[in-house]
Amino acid sequence: MTALILRELRLAASGGAALLPLVFFLLVATLFPFAVGPDGPLLARTGGGALWMAALLAALLPVDRLFAPDLGSGVLDQLALRGLGEETVALAKLAGHWLSFGPPLMLAALPAAALMKLPGEVLLRLELGLLVGTPGLAALTLGVGALTAGLRRSGALAGLLLLPLAVPLLIFGAGLIERGKDAGALQLLGAASLLLVAGAPFVAGAALRAARD
Amino acid sequence: MSGDGLLKLDTVTVRRGGRVLLEDFNLLLRPGHATLLTGPNGVGKSSLMRVAAGLLAPAAGTVERADAALADEHLALDERQTLGRALAFWASFDDVSATPGLEAMGIGHLADVPVRMLSTGQRKRAALARVLASNAPLWLLDEPANGLDDEGCERLEKGIAAHRIRGGGVLVASHQQLALPDAETVALG
Repeated sequence: MTALILRELRLAASGGAALLPLVFFLLVATLFPFAVGPDGPLLARTGGGALWMAALLAALLPVDRLFAPDLGSGVLDQLALRGLGEETVALAKLAGHWLSFGPPLMLAALPAAALMKLPGEVLLRLELGLLVGTPGLAALTLGVGALTAGLRRSGALAGLLLLPLAVPLLIFGAGLIERGKDAGALQLLGAASLLLVAGAPFVAGAALRAARD
Repeated sequence: MSGDGLLKLDTVTVRRGGRVLLEDFNLLLRPGHATLLTGPNGVGKSSLMRVAAGLLAPAAGTVERADAALADEHLALDERQTLGRALAFWASFDDVSATPGLEAMGIGHLADVPVRMLSTGQRKRAALARVLASNAPLWLLDEPANGLDDEGCERLEKGIAAHRIRGGGVLVASHQQLALPDAETVALG
């Protein structure tokens, strides 16, 4: 299990694959002020939501590198042959993927928040929301990645599958920024995230078994 | 697994894409023995191999097997890693060292070369080196001699012979002539 998580981190680091979502996230954060204009208060009001959208789209990028290469190269077969359950493999991938995606995104949110002129307490709520919400995003990427692993040119389909399922994370993540902790947004964000994290390994496991036939 | 065999297929039916490839197929592989599957392309040798490995569920019948090592057309090594490290990843799962396998297949000098730089024959040797290094009693080899030169085939034959002396069993599907003394040949199709 540890070996699998480490392998996941190594794959993410090799060839800069883990950098892509970060650069994308920062790019959206840079472009947004160009689109709405350099109006400080307006940016501060809408910036948090825009950053959540950016995080959502950044989560979509690694979807085709999580399972498809391992399915094609026979790595999943060899793991199954050694008695590792598909769910275990998926759980290890989830852990490895979140480690290479969640914390770096939270780090990238710092310069992104500066570009949006977000006040300090809003930044804090954004970081808190990302801490709680990115495992859910990673789980969605995992599940959709497994479901589309055997398909050719699965990118667009993956987007169609993933984005609607991410709506709860987006609502409560942005709600947390807007209304603060009192409105229960944090609890609901946590609940949505937990549900996705708990369900994704089983969805991915079943999808991988089906892809083998 | 009952003591009498390493691999036991009992009235197995293999179906792929709605087409029945094999019906009521029986096979028993005992320790120290080798079985060679032959037959034309598309007859179901590789599917049978995947059924034996437990990667494909048979449409009917039962499959019992001991711990197995599989070498098929998929290399399952990370292309960016060096060969030594890539094989060590799998060796750590099998609780063995990867080096004896590398030496046995004559690719010990390639341990520091990235997997993506290897030739077809070297890749095949790498996949076989993983099997040779493992301590699984059952070897499943799907076209193991594809892309191997004469020297590679010899090394493979030697590895198989040593494995059988240790009490291991080998199921081979091959079109190439491999020296497998006293192997039972099962012609499909």
